[in-house]
Amino acid sequence: MTLQEALLVAVRGLRANRLRSALTILGIMIGVAAVIVLVSLGNGTSAKLNEQIESLGTNLVGVFQSRGNVSQNGRSQPLTDKDVKALQNAGASPRLLSVTPVKQGSAVLEVNNKSWRTSIAGSSTDYLSAFHRKLAAGRFYTDAEIRTSERVVVLSKDPVKKLFGGNNTSALGQQIRIGRQVFEVVGVLADNGQADDLAVMPITAARNYLIGGGGDDEVDTIVVEATSQDTVPATMAKVDRVLMTQHRITDPEQKDFEVRSNLELLEQFTKQSGIFTLFLTTIAAISLLVGGIGIMNIMLVTVTERTREIGIRKAIGARRKAILKQFLIESTVLAGLGGLVGVVVGVGVSLFAGALGPSALGDFPPPVLSPMSVLVAFAVSLAIGLFFGAYPANRAASLRPIEALRYE
Amino acid sequence: MIRLDRVSKVYRAGEVDVRALDRVSLSIQRGEFVAIMGPSGSGKSTMMNILGCLDVPTDGEYQLDGVDVASLDDDQLADIRNQKIGFIFQAYNLLPRNTALANVELPLLYAKVAERRAKARAALAEVDLAARENHHPNQLSGGQQQRVAIARALVTEPAMILADEPTGNLDTASTTEIAELLTRLNRAGRTVVLITHEEEVAAVARRVIRLRDGRIIDDTVIRARVGSPG
Repeated sequence: MTLQEALLVAVRGLRANRLRSALTILGIMIGVAAVIVLVSLGNGTSAKLNEQIESLGTNLVGVFQSRGNVSQNGRSQPLTDKDVKALQNAGASPRLLSVTPVKQGSAVLEVNNKSWRTSIAGSSTDYLSAFHRKLAAGRFYTDAEIRTSERVVVLSKDPVKKLFGGNNTSALGQQIRIGRQVFEVVGVLADNGQADDLAVMPITAARNYLIGGGGDDEVDTIVVEATSQDTVPATMAKVDRVLMTQHRITDPEQKDFEVRSNLELLEQFTKQSGIFTLFLTTIAAISLLVGGIGIMNIMLVTVTERTREIGIRKAIGARRKAILKQFLIESTVLAGLGGLVGVVVGVGVSLFAGALGPSALGDFPPPVLSPMSVLVAFAVSLAIGLFFGAYPANRAASLRPIEALRYE
Repeated sequence: MIRLDRVSKVYRAGEVDVRALDRVSLSIQRGEFVAIMGPSGSGKSTMMNILGCLDVPTDGEYQLDGVDVASLDDDQLADIRNQKIGFIFQAYNLLPRNTALANVELPLLYAKVAERRAKARAALAEVDLAARENHHPNQLSGGQQQRVAIARALVTEPAMILADEPTGNLDTASTTEIAELLTRLNRAGRTVVLITHEEEVAAVARRVIRLRDGRIIDDTVIRARVGSPG
């Protein structure tokens, strides 16, 4: 019997019980489609996460004041301008592209009887490059303005929207009240989908007029730019060394600051989204397994129903293998059809959900179809046909012809 | 050509051994037309299973066309059934989803021979059903179904056609038709072994073997066929 003839026999067998075959196919179809859709949802989520983290910059190292540890003298030393200076003068191996201090807080912005509370970031002129930000309009403040703690501010998207109706040009040059002082809007940041509710100003102005008692030299965060993603670990070690010397700490357990990188964040997210995808895939795989059990069940019923046919085939000379092959092909065709329809449905749903755009999916990012998962899901459906068909087919092949012929 | 030498078949039914065939010796030559008769429980069915290589003897030797069957495994038995035996059953045993032609082709499928379609058509023509090759079994009368089954038995040109109560389910007209067909095949040189309990069917054979309690009690060669047209 050629494979083509065997397939024909299998299809004829399946057509004899259309509804039953269709329901069994449905079981596999749902499993395969679920694997494809859930894997592409998982992929979409991790792609979105990676994109977000990479837009923040993967070569950034952040230094924060430690909340837990205190140094030997019992006082946690804050990060200060001296630390920034020390890092800026730290020299090569590896070179630090930039060292940017940030002083954070919040304040209410007021203009034309409108008000809006937003985050305040006081920083140096390296702020733009360190945070991968761009200007949408106007200019950034200058080093000269930092020295004279000029009351100038660069707004981001949200405050411009709330105070000036989203019109960047009408915001420029405007005098707005921040706290008890009047600032001039000199620029507007391009939005990056992350930190869009923000006002940036010279660190000196922030200290003198808004955050802290004024005149002190504390900073909340120091952002260090490594030369590349690869030099991040070396850069972190170096920052550690410099600041330990600076704070006169010898025991690393006693550090009163923390050094973290986006790379760590990226790795952590990648690991977590990997677990998430695995979790989704496992759920889908279980439904595929259930579909396989459905195939086994139906094939057992089929073999029992067709005991007499098996007897006839054996009586006129079918070998054990021929019967085995017949039923294995039948179960594999059943599973393969389910797999095929499942691929069409799974790919269709993934593409359709992607085409609908993010709004239709709520907070879910658009699914990213993985050709590998499509291939694997289809191959697994065939394997399920073989695996779950093996027991029923073996049962059929082992029937004794005399008894099978006598079966009513 | 067919030789049974002290063949016994013992079944175990619970605690007791049932001796279905008891040291039966028998030999059938090429071209013979033999009827095997006997009441139920006489060992007829066991005889049929062993002659048809569906079962192997517990003891003794069975040679079919020069092959010692007793020692063969399941696959080898399947090959013997395929090549050397043509079965005709009381219940026809056609595959309901296959056409008449496909049913006749089936043994050739397992024999892996070429020109299956042509051979199957020739066999159907031999039983006068060439016109019905695309009919399914449920579209044919009982007699026609049995003729398709006979064509299926013929198609591999077996050493022996083994018919087990072939007219058991048929009316008188169809019975006559099938009996005549078997006679015709035998005249064309085919060996036919017919298992029946109907005297009038057995009457078409040229040798009648009677079984009782697993033993041959009578083996008569009928020279002039009763009611033969000549």
